[in-house]
Amino acid sequence: MSEHIITFDKVNKWYGNSFHVLRDIDLQVKTGERIVVCGPSGSGKSTLIRCINRLEEHQQGHLWVDGVELTDDVKAIDDVRKKVGMVFQQFNLFPHLTVLENLTLSPMWVGKMPKKEAEEKAMEQLKRVRIAEQAGKYPLQLSGGQQQRVAIARALCLKPKIMLFDEPTSALDPEMIKEVLDVMIEMASQGITMLCVTHEMGFAKAVADRVIFMDQGQIVEQNNPHDFFNNPQSERSRDFLSKILGH
Amino acid sequence: MSAQIIQPIAPRPAPVKSDGMVAWIRANLFGDLGTTLGTLTIGAILLWIVPSLVQWLFVNAVWVKNYEACHAAAGACWGVIGEKYRIIIFGRFPFDEQARPLVATVLLMGLLVLSCMRLAWKPWLPALWVVVLGIFFTLMRGGVFGLSYVETSLWGGLPLTLLLASLSMTMAFPIALLIALGRRSHLPAIRSLCTVYVELIRGVPLISVLFMASFMFPLLMPHGFNIDVLIRVLAGITLFAAAYMAEVIRGGLQAVPKGQIEAAATLGLSYWQTQRKIVLPQALAMVVPGIMNNFISTFKDTSLVTIVSMYELTGSMGMALNSDANWRPYKIEGYLFIALIYFIFCFSMSRYSRWIEKQVNKSKQR
Repeated sequence: MSEHIITFDKVNKWYGNSFHVLRDIDLQVKTGERIVVCGPSGSGKSTLIRCINRLEEHQQGHLWVDGVELTDDVKAIDDVRKKVGMVFQQFNLFPHLTVLENLTLSPMWVGKMPKKEAEEKAMEQLKRVRIAEQAGKYPLQLSGGQQQRVAIARALCLKPKIMLFDEPTSALDPEMIKEVLDVMIEMASQGITMLCVTHEMGFAKAVADRVIFMDQGQIVEQNNPHDFFNNPQSERSRDFLSKILGH
Repeated sequence: MSAQIIQPIAPRPAPVKSDGMVAWIRANLFGDLGTTLGTLTIGAILLWIVPSLVQWLFVNAVWVKNYEACHAAAGACWGVIGEKYRIIIFGRFPFDEQARPLVATVLLMGLLVLSCMRLAWKPWLPALWVVVLGIFFTLMRGGVFGLSYVETSLWGGLPLTLLLASLSMTMAFPIALLIALGRRSHLPAIRSLCTVYVELIRGVPLISVLFMASFMFPLLMPHGFNIDVLIRVLAGITLFAAAYMAEVIRGGLQAVPKGQIEAAATLGLSYWQTQRKIVLPQALAMVVPGIMNNFISTFKDTSLVTIVSMYELTGSMGMALNSDANWRPYKIEGYLFIALIYFIFCFSMSRYSRWIEKQVNKSKQR
C-alpha cells in the first residue's frame, strides 16, 4: 500500500443519470511515477484526474491519495488538496492579481506564510519556469505559454507531492507548446509524481513511465510508452494512434 | 514561384487626424443627404425652443424676492428660491437652529466625498463613519450639550435625503452581497430563504414597503414599545435596495468562470477565502455600472418617504411653497431648483462610477 501514492479501487462515476463517465476504474500509481493519460474526447480522462483532488466526486468505489481516502469528509479533501497541484487547459490564473500575487495567494492565506517569505519562494518558482521578469504583470498581459508556465509555478509553490496536468498545452499556439513542455520535462526529472492528460506523444515518449489509454470511461490499455506506441494491443488504441500520429 | 526576400518594415506612428473643425462639421453633420436633413431638423427645433427657454429662464426672469414683481413678469420667478431656500433645504427643522443641520450636512458630504477617494480606503474609514454619523445625529437631534431637542419628524430637506441615501446604500451593499452569495449556496435552506426574500421585496412597490414600515410595524409591536420612524423607514429602504442590488451582484457572480473557483479549490482556499479573494473582486468589477445604477435610483427613491410624512428634499420643497399662498404658483421654479440639486449628486455618482470602472479594470489593460 505504502508504495502506491494513488489507488483507484473499482471507481465509478456518472454525470446525471445516464452518462457513465468512469467505469470500474482500477489504477495504482507509484510514488514518483509519471503517467500520461490519453484517449478520445469524452473518454473520461479529465474526469479521472479531477477525481484525484475531488474537483469531481466519484459515486462508487474507493480512492486513496497519499494514504487518505477521499470521501465527503471536508477535512480529508483539504488534506489531499494540500498535496496535489493542478494545471488546467485554460490556465485559470486569477486575472485581477499580478503574477506574483497569483503565486503568493495560497502560501499567505492557506499556509499563513509571511508576505516576504512567500514572495521570495514565489520568485524562486518563477525563476524555475524562466519567467521571473514578468512578476509584476497581470496574467492577461502575458502570452499563453507564459501564462501556463505561471500556472505551473503557482501549483509548485504549494510543494505538492503530486501534479495533475489537464491538457496543459491544448489551448496554446504551436510555437508556445515547447516552452511549456520543457518546463514539464524538467519537473519530471525531479521525482514528483505526475499525471498528465495530453496528446503530446513526444512528451509521453520522453518522460512517461506509463501510458494509459482510455475509451468510454474505461482504461482500455496501459503500457510503457515504447510498447504502447510501437505495439498497441487493442483495436481501439491502434485506431486512436493512427489518427493522432498518422498525419 | 521563387521565394521573395521581404525587407523588414520599421514601425511607424499612426496617422494623426488634423482636419480641423470645419472638416469635422462637414463630415459629421453634413456628410450625406440624411445627416444634412437631420442636422437641419434638429437645428430648427433648437432655434425654436432655445430662445424662448432663455427668455423664460433668464431674460424675463425675476431675481428679487418680490412676489408681486413675479406676478407681473412673463419669465421665471427665481425670487422664490431666495425667499424659501432655507425651508426647501432644511425642511421643518426649527428656523433659528438651522446652523445645526447645515454643519451636519457639510460634515456628511465631506465624509461621502472622502470615502470615495483612494487615500481614505484605510482601516480607519469605518471608525470615521461612526464618528461623523455620531456628530450628525447629535447635531440634528440635540438634547445634549445645550442643544435643544428636535424630534426626527422635524428633520427634513437635504440632510434627511443625504442621511437616508448614504446610510441605506452602505447598509444595503453588504446585505446584497450575502443575499447574492446565498442564492448560489449549495445549502437548499439558505438558497430558498434568499430567493424568497428577493422575490418578496421585488414583488412590491417601495411605497408599500414604506407604508408597512411606517404604519403597520407599530401595530404589530407590543404596547409601549416603539422604534423611531426614521429608523423604520431607513430599514425599509435598505432592505428594498438590497434585494435589487443582490440580483445585480448575482449576475456578476455568474459571470466568473467556473475554472477560477476550481483553481482556488486546488490551491486549498476555503469557501470564504475563495469568495473574498477570487470571486467577489472579479464579480464586483464587472457590475460596477449596475451597482451605481442601484445607488443612483436609491438616492432618488428617498423622495418617496414624503408619503409617510417625512419631508426630505422633494417633500420640503412642496411644503415650503404650499404653505405660502403668495409663492405657491412658482412650483416649477422650485422643482427646477431641487432637480438641479438631485442632478449634481447623481451626475457626480455617475462620473465617479466611470473612475471606479477604470480603477478595477487596470488588470485588463495591455
